[in-house]
Amino acid sequence: MSTAATLDKPSSAPEGAKGTASPYITVTFRIRRFNPEVSDESTWQDFQVEIDPKERVLDGLHKIKWDMDGSLTFRRSCAHGICGSDAMRINGRNRLACKTLIKDLNPDKPITVEPIKGLTVLKDLVVDMEPFFQAYRDVMPFLITKGNEPTRERRQSAADRERFDDTTKCILCAACTSSCPVFWNDGQYFGPAAIVNAHRFIFDSRDEAGEQRLEILNDKDGVWRCRTTFNCTEACPRGIEITKAIQEVKRALITRRF
Amino acid sequence: MQIHKYDTVIVGAGGAGMRAAIEATKRSRTAVLTKLYPTRSHTGAAQGGMAAALANVEEDNWEWHTFDTVKGGDYLVDQDAAEILAKEAIDSVLDLEKMGLPFNRTPDGTIDQRRFGGHSRNHGEAPVRRSCYAADRTGHMILQTLYQNCVKEGVEFFNEFYVLDQLITEVDGVKKSAGVVAYELATGEIHIFQAKAVIYASGGCGKFFKVTSNAHTLTGDGQAAVYRRGLPLEDMEFFQFHPTGIWRMGILLTEGARGEGGILRNKDGERFMEKYAPVMKDLASRDVVSRSIYTEIREGRGCGPEGDHVYLDLTHLPPEQLDAKLPDITEFARTYLGIEPYTDPIPIQPTAHYAMGGIPTNVEGEVLADNTTVVPGLYAAGEVACVSVHGANRLGTNSLLDINVFGRRAGIAAAEYSAKADFVELPENPAELVVKQVEQLRESTGNERVAELRRELQETMDANVMVFRTEQTIKTAVEKIAELRARYKNVAIQDKGKRFNTDLLEAIELGNLLDLAEVMAVSALARKESRGGHYREDFPNRDDVNFMRHTMAYREVDADGSESIRLDYKPVVQTRYQPMERKY
Ligand SMILES: Cc1cc2nc3c(=O)[nH]c(=O)nc-3n(C[C@H](O)[C@H](O)[C@H](O)COP(=O)(O)OP(=O)(O)OC[C@H]3O[C@@H](n4cnc5c(N)ncnc54)[C@H](O)[C@@H]3O)c2cc1C
Ligand code: SF4
Ligand code: FES
Repeated sequence: MSTAATLDKPSSAPEGAKGTASPYITVTFRIRRFNPEVSDESTWQDFQVEIDPKERVLDGLHKIKWDMDGSLTFRRSCAHGICGSDAMRINGRNRLACKTLIKDLNPDKPITVEPIKGLTVLKDLVVDMEPFFQAYRDVMPFLITKGNEPTRERRQSAADRERFDDTTKCILCAACTSSCPVFWNDGQYFGPAAIVNAHRFIFDSRDEAGEQRLEILNDKDGVWRCRTTFNCTEACPRGIEITKAIQEVKRALITRRF
Repeated sequence: MQIHKYDTVIVGAGGAGMRAAIEATKRSRTAVLTKLYPTRSHTGAAQGGMAAALANVEEDNWEWHTFDTVKGGDYLVDQDAAEILAKEAIDSVLDLEKMGLPFNRTPDGTIDQRRFGGHSRNHGEAPVRRSCYAADRTGHMILQTLYQNCVKEGVEFFNEFYVLDQLITEVDGVKKSAGVVAYELATGEIHIFQAKAVIYASGGCGKFFKVTSNAHTLTGDGQAAVYRRGLPLEDMEFFQFHPTGIWRMGILLTEGARGEGGILRNKDGERFMEKYAPVMKDLASRDVVSRSIYTEIREGRGCGPEGDHVYLDLTHLPPEQLDAKLPDITEFARTYLGIEPYTDPIPIQPTAHYAMGGIPTNVEGEVLADNTTVVPGLYAAGEVACVSVHGANRLGTNSLLDINVFGRRAGIAAAEYSAKADFVELPENPAELVVKQVEQLRESTGNERVAELRRELQETMDANVMVFRTEQTIKTAVEKIAELRARYKNVAIQDKGKRFNTDLLEAIELGNLLDLAEVMAVSALARKESRGGHYREDFPNRDDVNFMRHTMAYREVDADGSESIRLDYKPVVQTRYQPMERKY
């Protein structure tokens, strides 16, 4: 089933429209809807949205929710790519709705928006994040040290600090894990995000539990499941070189040097 | 309806809530209720840094930091609290480092520090490097590190639980906190949390402005919950407008950009801050810089076809420096504006950023019922609270500090209290107010829409109570808010379901914003002076004789059910520093 709703007029005064042609265009949002309170089946629903191509997909979703259909449900908070709330499948690729501009999507065709895959859909674009966070917690994502604490800060050279910089950027949005075919087939796999966060500690010169974390990832559901498809790296909105990080963990498991 | 019992309940899992949770969990049975997954909290958006006089890169000490905080706050700061903030800053940065926070490092491996607005050497002599940072994602690293340590300590979270009401029971004439009422997003179920101690750490309320650096979820739920129960809100007229938000979007570009050498320019390319703040220039205090930007715009020196913004110029800085120190904000410019900061200046305008006011507390985080009486069992910390360490204007990097210092203090104080105290009996029918609120919204057939009312609220706030205010503009806002509050009674939602009903919660959040906007405007109207973030064009000077005092706003309900706001005032605590004129 596909229904269409139209918005009579743009929700807010078209900015920058003074005297010049309106920057607004009409775009079709084709959204995967699911609400078990109503039906066990999910359906596609189309919405025609007036939008400035410089706006974000998130702005489009807000226009729909605020002015057409209040029941459309998705998570969001910061609206600029730092809180990790709004990973979704947009035109078949995992991205953050707040970091994806309409103009980068070919507005002539409908923009499809679906929940990320591999996690149970709870309503519309909202999925159950608990298994994702559980995998994260399972890799002991916290600094572990031995001996007495120093009175001042621990010293760390700028080079040692740089060693794990890339993997500190993770915002736990799940775009990577939910783009991974291994994870789709077997939810037991830790998934790239958990490995990224293990990497962040394994390669931190201050940490002393690298061996333990490596053992966790040596498990049958650990790093060896990775088939290097690079989906995760392409999906990561923070530009983290995830596949490289996973390779580094694999190498550390073989050489036991990190 | 489920009833839960915990020694300590913490409302919010941002920096303040999680810092409190780490302490409280070690000492008492603790639950953290949070409407967002902890790592989604807006502390993660903070960029620039966290202040502490570590003196790692140059001479510095906590007394200078105290002075800067007091001066930055235009002397409305409680100086005893500022002294605690500056003194405990050092340990709180070191604690975070020990918890694993990956700070940027100096060549000899200590925590690196950089300049930030309003922080100076020896009482205003010259800028000092006091901000400890991790690239331009210090807040992200703080939020991640605190969450990691909550995982380590086994902190118990109730994620996507919205606290909607504060329960208070009068025992022998004393109002005590009995617990909170929460709404579970996933199921629509209402939960009562009975607790010996409750800590509010629910963050700010910037969403009543349109151009803001705040997240959609910063709707002042905590402030509104206690205010509705007759407790005061302090200094709500003081809101900080950060000078450098991305033009029209409000996304923040950290002051660290100017700390690294970035320069503000008008349409003639002039470095206009030299005129307004000869010593500190682009790094003068935020209220000063925001007003200077609007003065340039008003006098016709703004940029763009409509002359409605100015430029943040980073083009003279080496690309390597931008990549190393400001990677995230340069990416924001590329993503959202399509601008390359290596070669092009970035269009910016002031953006509504930070609530200096909030729930009044003492330095232990205990909430005040009036100027002196504490509410046993009730605590607040972070942006939701007003200690007051920020006075009329918060210095950059002092809030990440505030959430750590006072989050920790509140966590310890609350848990120590709950170790000794007994549970307070719940009021009769504790969920009544929330049940009514939710039912009304679900069943309403009114013709008003949440989005429309919110839009009108944000527009009136931006137009009338932003950087420049006059009696006339504030009155316009007060009237408009009253109209919106009346129309809010007719608001209807479309989603009538129980499951993940964010339509319903946005309606409730709007109600909170309307309450707080009214308190802000009414408090601003009464303050006939200019101080820090509150600038009255009709009273352009600071008036220490009449207004060296904190505003305390109370909600009053008459016998006939009509509501009004009563304003009272609280003295400022002054210790070392006598008020002086603020020059930068
Ligand atoms: C873009 C930006 C950059 C900044 N940069 C800096 C900087 O460089 N240095 C600095 O010192 N300060 C900075 N600040 C200010 C500082 O980041 C914030 O003031 C501070 O992080 C607030 O922390 P908090 O813990 O009080 O609130 P938040 O981190 O906002 O957390 C609020 C928590 O409360 C929860 N919550 C809210 N309502 C409810 C409810 N009804 N029920 C249950 N839970 C609820 C939320 O889920 C969330 O977990 C910046 C602010 C912004 C917006
Ligand atoms: S690694 Fe990237 S894609 Fe994966 S959770 Fe972290 S930020 Fe998201
Ligand atoms: S809304 Fe925060 S990452 Fe998109």
